Amino acid sequence: MIEVQDLTKKYGELTAVQDLSFRVEKGKIWGLLGPNAAGKTTTMRILTGYLPATDGRASVAGFDVFEQPNEVKRAIGYLPEVVPLYPEMTVAGYLGFVAEIKQVPAVKRKAALARVLKSAALEDVKGRLIKNISRGYKQRVGIAQAMIHDPQVLILDEPTIGLDPAQIKEIRELIKGLRGEHTIMLSTHILAEVTQVCDGVVIINEGRLKASGSLEELTASFRQNEGVVIKVRRGGEEAAAAARQIPGVGQVDADGNEVRVEWSPGRDLRERVAALAVEKGLGLLEMRPLAMSIEDLYLKVVSGGLEQ
Amino acid sequence: MNNVWSIMKKELGTYFTSPIAYVVILAFQFLFGFFFYNLVWWFNAQAMQMAQNPYYYQQANINQMVYSPLFHNMSVILILVVPLLTMRVLAEEKKMGTEELLFTSPLSVSQIILGKYLAALAVLAVMLGLTAVLSVFAFAYGNPELAPWLVGYLGLFLMGATFIAIGLFFSSMTDNQIVAAVLTFSALLLLLVLSWVTASGSGGWRSVLGYLSFSQHFEDMTRGILDTKDIAYYLSFSFFGLFLAHSVVQSRRWR
Repeated sequence: MIEVQDLTKKYGELTAVQDLSFRVEKGKIWGLLGPNAAGKTTTMRILTGYLPATDGRASVAGFDVFEQPNEVKRAIGYLPEVVPLYPEMTVAGYLGFVAEIKQVPAVKRKAALARVLKSAALEDVKGRLIKNISRGYKQRVGIAQAMIHDPQVLILDEPTIGLDPAQIKEIRELIKGLRGEHTIMLSTHILAEVTQVCDGVVIINEGRLKASGSLEELTASFRQNEGVVIKVRRGGEEAAAAARQIPGVGQVDADGNEVRVEWSPGRDLRERVAALAVEKGLGLLEMRPLAMSIEDLYLKVVSGGLEQ
Repeated sequence: MNNVWSIMKKELGTYFTSPIAYVVILAFQFLFGFFFYNLVWWFNAQAMQMAQNPYYYQQANINQMVYSPLFHNMSVILILVVPLLTMRVLAEEKKMGTEELLFTSPLSVSQIILGKYLAALAVLAVMLGLTAVLSVFAFAYGNPELAPWLVGYLGLFLMGATFIAIGLFFSSMTDNQIVAAVLTFSALLLLLVLSWVTASGSGGWRSVLGYLSFSQHFEDMTRGILDTKDIAYYLSFSFFGLFLAHSVVQSRRWR
């Protein structure tokens, strides 16, 4: 649905995006991650036809972004980082205007407006001036304008930025509800959002691709060891020392009463570790698999410590 | 064309939901009324004196003595008010980030600029149209000729249309409305007084600068003389202003 190949964008001497390639399947929600100035907004702007690329190819919904810009613009709903609102318009007036310029046929405009007012929960404020509504509502108006023409693809640049936790939750639910019917690419700084909302990620840094794939694929491909983290009531160091004696165990680290036990892939020593804690009478409180969190993955990938 | 219409409607809404259009139109009406009253008063005084001599009395012409100077005065007032109408038009889109919405919609830059231009022209038409109400009194109690009066208004409208195109160009160059207004005002004033160079001689570059000046082409129209050369001048100048605005917007995205 979204395909980017060797995309490069230069602003004069500065290279914002370099040889970027990735692919997003139809109906999936994909996160675009990277530190500030990594090239996320530039990539999104190129995909939406706002900026031309210096080199490379990109296609959205089967249309070439550079050869068929108008077809791409009809297929895309876009929420820029700064929500493009006209403060002096009412919510309904603004959405009606966006429906017109997105070329929603006149007979379908009323229904389209009703649909987005409902799905973005804006019915209560539809008659109010945009300058008088709260930030959370403004963000929702931004998402509603992106959906007004029922696009196949949604590109959302930091959709939850600046919102309070309750509003963030609402917007995430709204986005999750669009899965299946729409293909969504969103950029975010909040890594928890990725695990909650996204099916996969593209991680970029300094304009270059660092990793891309579904969350399972990525954590599996980056995981070097398997293992468990156990939490005991007492004797963390003792537990660590005992765990080191188990044949096949690799690295063991104790942090207070939490002990991290690793072994090479292919083995399964969980039962042995649990039995050991019980035998030693250390008071086993918790045992969880050693999984690579999205935070670990992101930090390692961005710092260059891991290559896909 | 639908896209142009959509942009135009939205722009008109913006003009009339903010106080700017009302204030500008009202100030323009007030100044027009002030000049009109004073010129009519002066014309009356002159006509009274002329009435004592039948030869001079026949020379008394309301078109020449009231409307011609009035249109001149109003062209200068337009230099002051048009920058206020155009300063926001493209600068604000850039500043508020709303140009990202426009440029990621299936609209061309020409459609966006044309829609905004037509909306500003509509405001100009309303502004000039309202002033015509005062002339009802002149037609009711005097005998102005209609054709020169209409040509004068056409001249004022064409001049305003050219000013708006130039205003759009300067609005496209910056995201600061004040900067856009000051640049537009300076450029319009310069183009109005450019003809002064012909006062110190003629020929060569002086003729070229004189030709480029707004005032030379407006002069005949205030006296009711309609020349296609003058109309072509204003239309081509307007087109040039819009073309520059288009080029600035387009090139900014390619940088």
